[in-house]
Amino acid sequence: MNRDALSSRRSAATVSPPRDTVARRGSVYLSRHPRLRLTVMLSAPLTWLVLVYIVALVLLLVTAFWSVDSFTGEITQSWTFDNIVKVVTGSLYQNVTLRTIGVALAVTAIDISLALPIAFFMAKVASPRVQRMLVIAVLMPLWASYLVKVYAWRSVLSGEGVLQWFLNPFGIEGPGYGLTAVIMTLSYLWLPYVILPIYAGLERVPDSLLEASSDLGAKPWGSIRNVILPLIWPAIIAGSIFSFSLSLGDYITVNIVGGANQMLGNLVFANVGAANNLPLASAIALIPIVIIFGYLALVRRTGALNNL
Amino acid sequence: MKLSTFSRGTLGTITGIILAVIYLPLLVVLVNSFSTSQSLTWPPPGFTFEWWIRAFQNQGAVDAVFTSVQIAFISTGIALVLGTLISLALQRFEFFGRDAISLLIILPIALPGIITGIALNNFFRTIMGVPLSIWTIVIAHATFCIVTVFNNVIARLRRMGTNLEDASADLGAGLWTTFRLVTFPQLRSALFAGGLLAFALSFDEIIVTTFTAGSGITTLPIFILENMFRPNQAPIVAVIAVVLVVVSILPIYVAERVAGGDKSDRR
Amino acid sequence: MMTRKTAGKSIGLSLLAMATVAVLAACGTASSGGGGTAALTELGENEGQVNILAWPGYVEDGTNFPEYDWVTPFEEATGCMVNAKTYGTSDEAVTLMKTGDYDVVAASGDATLRLIAAGDVAPVNTELIPNYANIYDFLKMKAWNSVDGVSYGVPHGYGANLLMYNTEVFPEAPTSWDVVFDASSPYKGKVTAYDSPIYIADAAVYLMAHSPELGIENPYALDETQLAAAVELLKTQRVNVGEYWSDYLKAISSIETGDTVVGTTWQVIMNYLAEGTTAAAVLPEEGATGWSDTWMVASAAKNVNCAYAWLDWIASPEANGAATEFFGEAPSNPGACDFRADCDAFNAGDTEFAGKLWYWTTPIAECVDGRTDVTCTDYSQWTQAWTEIKG
Repeated sequence: MNRDALSSRRSAATVSPPRDTVARRGSVYLSRHPRLRLTVMLSAPLTWLVLVYIVALVLLLVTAFWSVDSFTGEITQSWTFDNIVKVVTGSLYQNVTLRTIGVALAVTAIDISLALPIAFFMAKVASPRVQRMLVIAVLMPLWASYLVKVYAWRSVLSGEGVLQWFLNPFGIEGPGYGLTAVIMTLSYLWLPYVILPIYAGLERVPDSLLEASSDLGAKPWGSIRNVILPLIWPAIIAGSIFSFSLSLGDYITVNIVGGANQMLGNLVFANVGAANNLPLASAIALIPIVIIFGYLALVRRTGALNNL
Repeated sequence: MKLSTFSRGTLGTITGIILAVIYLPLLVVLVNSFSTSQSLTWPPPGFTFEWWIRAFQNQGAVDAVFTSVQIAFISTGIALVLGTLISLALQRFEFFGRDAISLLIILPIALPGIITGIALNNFFRTIMGVPLSIWTIVIAHATFCIVTVFNNVIARLRRMGTNLEDASADLGAGLWTTFRLVTFPQLRSALFAGGLLAFALSFDEIIVTTFTAGSGITTLPIFILENMFRPNQAPIVAVIAVVLVVVSILPIYVAERVAGGDKSDRR
Repeated sequence: MMTRKTAGKSIGLSLLAMATVAVLAACGTASSGGGGTAALTELGENEGQVNILAWPGYVEDGTNFPEYDWVTPFEEATGCMVNAKTYGTSDEAVTLMKTGDYDVVAASGDATLRLIAAGDVAPVNTELIPNYANIYDFLKMKAWNSVDGVSYGVPHGYGANLLMYNTEVFPEAPTSWDVVFDASSPYKGKVTAYDSPIYIADAAVYLMAHSPELGIENPYALDETQLAAAVELLKTQRVNVGEYWSDYLKAISSIETGDTVVGTTWQVIMNYLAEGTTAAAVLPEEGATGWSDTWMVASAAKNVNCAYAWLDWIASPEANGAATEFFGEAPSNPGACDFRADCDAFNAGDTEFAGKLWYWTTPIAECVDGRTDVTCTDYSQWTQAWTEIKG
């Protein structure tokens, strides 16, 4: 075969050179300037987030330092620490804060302990077909409206509800409406959000690691404790962020199944509505913001933020 | 790790029990949708199809579903674009402030909804002087949906690596062509999964929505909230919930198949 | 690779931008409300639409129940298309009115004075509303719907906050609010009360009868001492309360299941209870608080002629009858009784019944009972007190 035939065959097989359009030149320029590329990519989402969210948040928190004219309900922009002081020192706010944190921690603990076995089963034990079905089964309840689920729980927990009917033969009194009911309902509501990251985390643990561990003589429980848990710890924390923060600010569930109780969300809501006292509401809102920031700062080190 | 049959059995049973508990309230809702009681009392006094018939004829409910679907679609779309951009930026580049940005992305969903709600309400109405409308809802929803897309896409990007993209560039493809023909197909399932979760989040969101919805905009959660006050309407709400759950099986199944297709090998 | 310096610069720039915006905003937060505060002098052309804010059930257009529709006939008669938004609590209504998006609002007495004070509603020229003349006199020009002889709206109807009791737990009807305020109540965990700061007035009504030494003349005009006494009473009650209610679905379900056996209720709740529910309602001897909602016109109303058309329509016998029957309250127009069969059940026109009621009025610093030697506590203080009572 002579050279010409070879080269012509080769040229027939190659792609034609790209046309020199503006887009092409732009693409070439960007390829050579990674910083610019980064800026271009970041500009839209960052502007959005900063403008829409951060600015809004900052402006809200600024109002915590203002006060409201009680007669007309207009915000007067006189700087004062009154609201912050009231919120930090008032016994009402301290009690409600402790109560809310307690509920959020209980919900998180319950959800994690429920999520671990089910996620483990889904990720490591179930066959692929069952696994798929389980994922669908876990995700489906997310589509039933939050409000409907809470009202269903109200019906379940009532004095004549399903739970009481179940407990009657044992002679036990159900919890009725109150903080226990709130914890149960919130645990129920956020469970899928906790299962998903843990499941994803468990999926990423290669079976070979576990096999190696048992080859080295570890019993199953030992493998779990020393191999799996450290690996999925960030995923667990990620799940906990959801359940903790969602519980911290919830007010609708408390309203519906919490009896006469209040949590931080109710206080904020009451003050946004009542006399339009946005400054006090913002001051109260500072409490969960500080708590969440603290929690996020704590967990940043565990790398959980990459696992959400 | 070999688990004994006993352990597997126990785990399976626990899973079964937990699933049963997860579905029990939904069953209560299902039964309530056929109950003659107008205020969702238990045990149901009687059986009726009336609410099902009423629900499908209820113009308010149908409109609310459409509004919610519209908002969810647009918010998800925006979240997909922004989420992908920011995942690419964060995963492919090293720069100062990277941690701060990932914190920023999570904030809208980490901070309680009521705070996001009143912050945005204050921002739109008082500061910007913009009247609340369907677009303020979309903006609010897109903001907290970014994180679900971000999580899925960045996880996928980490697994993907840049080899294929480098090869594509070596072969002479421009940035957009590489993205279109190489990166995007690999991201597709992650985008779908993230988008589906974002859609679900937006569809069912009530707290932020009440604060950012213009007058006259009724999303499905707002419709449900308003009608839970009305004894004659409450069972219709139960019907809507059942329909939503049943209808959701399809997209979730599809998402699972698509995402499951390129799940990382268990090995 | 982005260097630390350039990255640091861009972060710094964005922070600066944020700070600038914050400062600018701090200087000029837009104020809400305002607009004209003079009543309309004469009617003009109907604008073609009207935006109404009301309790759920006040503006029915047949989408919820085909047989309940007093909106479509209005739209056909006047050409004003109705856009209705509902609210869940009076506080929500006050906040929503500040947006300036609404032309008409149906406000309860615990909201009206706040709306008037904030300038969000304008006086109503009742001469432009023919049906106003027929409304019961005992509802017109009251403390909650008028200021200094100027009317701010059209009364819609009225209802009382009655005492509900479970007939199995109380074989004989209770005659006093004792049963809910009793400290050592045998019904602990099963008492209910209305979840709003305005409920403090109910405690005040009780104190008016049982602690006359406090000198309460009007349950909405409480000075600091009187408010403190009411708060004490409510904190004692709190121990026995199972849940507070603000949406009546919640109240209905807990009465039907027996989770609640005694407490404040509305007639509409009693009407909706399922057959066979062993509960009844009564007006105790101390009297009770009540509410009479007022249709008001927004000061920033864009469709003010349609707004007046609506006010006239809803005060007309047929519409008033349909609307108040649907919600479960007494009508404000006597002619409405021709269009509904249950006027008696609601004590329509019964001035004696109506006289025992202390209608919801927004507490303000200027005592509504006329006292000038003390400052009364206002609604924001009641709100603070209420959150403390609930703990």
